[in-house]
Amino acid sequence: MTSSNAVDKIETKFQDHILDKSFFRGELSLTVDKLKLVEIMSYCKDELLYDYLVDITAIDNLGIDPRYEVVYELYSYTNSCHLRIKVGVDEADREVSSVVDLWPTANWHEREAYDMVGINFSGHPDLRRILMWEGYPFYPLRKDFPLAGKASEMPDVAFSEPVPLEGGPFVTCPSSDATDKREPRSREII
Amino acid sequence: MSKKITPAAYDSKIEGNVTFTKLDTAINWMRSNSLWPMPMGLACCGIELMATGASRFDIARFGMEVMRFSPRQSDVMIVAGTVTYKMALAVKRIYDQMAEPKWVIAMGACASSGGMYRSYAVLQGIDHLLPVDVYISGCPPRPEALLEGLMRLQKKIETEESVVEQKKELLKELSH
Repeated sequence: MTSSNAVDKIETKFQDHILDKSFFRGELSLTVDKLKLVEIMSYCKDELLYDYLVDITAIDNLGIDPRYEVVYELYSYTNSCHLRIKVGVDEADREVSSVVDLWPTANWHEREAYDMVGINFSGHPDLRRILMWEGYPFYPLRKDFPLAGKASEMPDVAFSEPVPLEGGPFVTCPSSDATDKREPRSREII
Repeated sequence: MSKKITPAAYDSKIEGNVTFTKLDTAINWMRSNSLWPMPMGLACCGIELMATGASRFDIARFGMEVMRFSPRQSDVMIVAGTVTYKMALAVKRIYDQMAEPKWVIAMGACASSGGMYRSYAVLQGIDHLLPVDVYISGCPPRPEALLEGLMRLQKKIETEESVVEQKKELLKELSH
């Protein structure tokens, strides 16, 4: 079974809950209804044999509604095919059902998405920050979080300060120009 | 009329076995030649630190081979690698647990200045928290660079005047 067969089956079974479907460079992506996520994922795992959850990421599309998107990358070792499932998440209700019960590996992936973007995964057994410390007040991978970071203070735990960017991030430019044109330097592009 | 100079206390039994020196110099000589590093390996610099401790570069030539993972037994903290904010206060705490006298080496670009990580998550140099004695450039520095840094630290220790300072403090206290 290929991923297009799998998508056909999902579309037949959940036709009202598939919001978007895209095919790009041989990869199929489905945007599905947030409320039906666990049902669709469980169908993918049990019936379509997507036994491997490769990754979960969250995207902040600032200015677009819904603002966030949670992306699940699935792979089937049985059928050697890939499938991408996306759900849109509103700013007001940043709650997505957890898929830890289906793939235990989702545990840390969901914690990372929670830590970096601030998506709450309901039903997650242990939703703590995974990279930043507990109590850090920001979500650093959101688009409205400044590149230099923000100051924060938690006595005896950790603190953070904005970094000196000196005019912009250090950017490498691929070219055959002289070193000072190529090497990582502040180019004031932002 | 020339006065004949005779040694003040000549003793043939100890001739050649006694050296006159300052107490500070003697103490500094002992301290600088038995530095016990606290290997604070936080990133890839830690790998070069391990290489420095291994046979090819042989840190034992300088009397520094006794890497202690207990801060209470170490003299010099080698901060090797990227200090994230999450780790920063833990590094400070370990430094605070080290007994005086103690020194700090910032090994590599990250520990010295944050390096390439102009990031919300990375402390921009361990000198924001600890008094650094020697900074070593490099990303990561080669073991030779670390050894050079340690030799610079030895040179620095040899110029310290701990006993003189203690004496001055004592005299100050007595005069009050």
